Amino acid sequence: MAIESLQNTVLGEITEASSAEFTVDCHELYASPPLGGLVKTEDSEEVFAVVRSISTAPIDPTRRPVARGKNEPDRDAVYRKNPQLEKLLRTEFLATIVGHRASDGYHQYLPPQPPKIHTFVHICTTEEIFSFTQKLEFLPLLLFGPMPLADEVTAAFLRPAATSHPDPNSFLLAAGREISRLLNRDLQRLNALLRRIRP
Amino acid sequence: MTSVPMESTHLGMVIGGSLERGLEVKLNPAFPLEEAHVGSFVAIQGQSSRYFGIISDVSLEASDSSMRSAPPDVDDPFIAQIVSGTGVYGVATVSPQLTLGGDAFENLEGPKPARSIPAHFAPVYLASEEDVSAIFGTDDERHIWIGSPLDMEGTQVCLDLEEFVKRSNGIFGKSGTGKTFLTRILLAGILQKNVAVNLVFDMHSEYGWQGTLEGGSGVKGLKQLFPAQVAVFSLDPESSRRREVSWDVDVKIGYGEIEPEDIEILAEALNITPQGVTAVYALAKKFGQEHWLEKLLGSNGRDEISKLAEDVTENFQVLLTLHRRLRNLSRMGFLQRNLPQVNAVDRILKYLGDGQHVVLEFGRYGNELMAYILVANLLTRRIHQQYVRKTETAMGDRFQEPRPLVITIEEAHRFLTPAVASQTIFGTIAREMRKYKVALLVVDQRPSGIDEEVLSQLGTRMTYLLDNDRDVDAVLSGTSGARELRRVLSRLDSRQQALMFGHALPMPVVVKTREYGTKESYEELGLQSNRAIPKSEGKIDNRDLFG
Repeated sequence: MAIESLQNTVLGEITEASSAEFTVDCHELYASPPLGGLVKTEDSEEVFAVVRSISTAPIDPTRRPVARGKNEPDRDAVYRKNPQLEKLLRTEFLATIVGHRASDGYHQYLPPQPPKIHTFVHICTTEEIFSFTQKLEFLPLLLFGPMPLADEVTAAFLRPAATSHPDPNSFLLAAGREISRLLNRDLQRLNALLRRIRP
Repeated sequence: MTSVPMESTHLGMVIGGSLERGLEVKLNPAFPLEEAHVGSFVAIQGQSSRYFGIISDVSLEASDSSMRSAPPDVDDPFIAQIVSGTGVYGVATVSPQLTLGGDAFENLEGPKPARSIPAHFAPVYLASEEDVSAIFGTDDERHIWIGSPLDMEGTQVCLDLEEFVKRSNGIFGKSGTGKTFLTRILLAGILQKNVAVNLVFDMHSEYGWQGTLEGGSGVKGLKQLFPAQVAVFSLDPESSRRREVSWDVDVKIGYGEIEPEDIEILAEALNITPQGVTAVYALAKKFGQEHWLEKLLGSNGRDEISKLAEDVTENFQVLLTLHRRLRNLSRMGFLQRNLPQVNAVDRILKYLGDGQHVVLEFGRYGNELMAYILVANLLTRRIHQQYVRKTETAMGDRFQEPRPLVITIEEAHRFLTPAVASQTIFGTIAREMRKYKVALLVVDQRPSGIDEEVLSQLGTRMTYLLDNDRDVDAVLSGTSGARELRRVLSRLDSRQQALMFGHALPMPVVVKTREYGTKESYEELGLQSNRAIPKSEGKIDNRDLFG
């Protein structure tokens, strides 16, 4: 689903939360933000997080989906014929917390408390992405967190985030320099990551 | 975005170093490495003081040694741009020279030598126009604008002329680098600011009426800029006539004015042996100061010389050789047997006493080193004697003291070689400094030929590019931070760029010397003086008139 259509709508609710990350159960099947998308919680203290993994699976883990499209022309037809699928499957995503907004502005470090379960989650607007990425101090949270594929997620976040800036190239350069400082002991990783974010 | 300011003058930040070795400045990634030039003038903003220095070296560093063995993927310009400045970066070495205190009260005293260094991570900038004028002053009654710092076209570096003329100074550089132009600017400045009187021994007739540009066309000399204040003396009126330039006084020198000391200095140029020199002294003793040369050159043939040898009890062969060598002197048109009616020394002194500046043109004798050494030495010795007398008579009474005199000599290494520096008057002047109000402006291309002691007494040294290592060593001898300056000096452009340091400048600086020869430059260097001089004399306070 396109990001624009997700803006200003509630994506879903938090079903699991810890200091470093939370899991969101999407209200609509497949209505998750893209990998690397910036989301925020609907709260007095907004928590910002980057989508690091998206998964879709049956609500009841004991009931595995079976193939239903033998006589159908395509995948969409399968869903049209089996409207119950929308209720039996669900889309979840896992987001790494990269900062929060308190009364005194954006903070690019972890909030004192993780968000509560059932907190609604929105995707951030272009303006919010622009404001949040004025500083790049959250990059260590993405690069050095416990998550696998951290570099993929970082690149997936930075590429679209650059388009929120009036000069995307200079944003990517600044981000690249910050990454280069952080990864200067690991040239191979640095190289691979820089190749992913180059304009 | 990031916290690094992106100003184009922001060079980087201090990351290490020491006062002695210089500070290491990590270059700002946004600052193009290739624009960080050795010799550039920089300012470092410390907590409470601002420090000033020049870049003495630039190097490349890598944050990790693996950068050398496995360089990143720099084929991609984006990656190359990122890695340069972070993983790999440039480091400039800056030697701090001066500080300017934090509060206005301290600043009244002007910049002071740096005795501390700024803390880690202090930001470093290319110096601004305000920095330059805070350090070097502005073009006023005692400062003259001599050029602009490296990479700062339009910013003026000024020289404190009043301090400049208090000591002997040197201008060095290979031929064709711009020594003569700088000398003209300084001489015009001394005239314009009226801080001293000049006596120029103008070897190649470059300063009086007209000088030459490489390429043929002429530039105006001092006489054209200051017609009323400059007198041109000529040793070779024929040459002046041929060049269609005006001159004021013909200079003639009688045999009687040549003293044994003058010959002693010429010994090398005339190929006279030490025995010959001894014979000269013996002749002078026998026949008197005024007649010995006339007597020697007047003796012709072996018989007469043999008799002369007997008279002074010297070896005949020695005297014969001496006679042959000294006959060269009689070829010079300005030397005459009888004492001239107009004594050149007196005329020069009279002009100088009246505040007139004197340029002595050598015309065709400029190519004869012998003539130049003889005349410059002879005249200077007399003038110096007069100055010593006048200064001592004045006994510290400032109103009776003679005006400070600056004597400009070219090819100075011929006068100031270690062998003769102790005997020539120029060596004396350079050593005794300002006591008798006479200072030298030494213009030379072989500073290594100049006596070390004399060099060490030069107050301000200005040097263009020098190739020879020994010359570089000589110019920098006795200077603190010589190692850094040496690096700067060896990388000057071959024209119009000079490293200047010493008494009249608060800190060493590389200067692109200002233009001389354009219409504007004549106006700035010439006409102003005509306004400047009456200013001090003609200002009358109404209260003086009406009480």
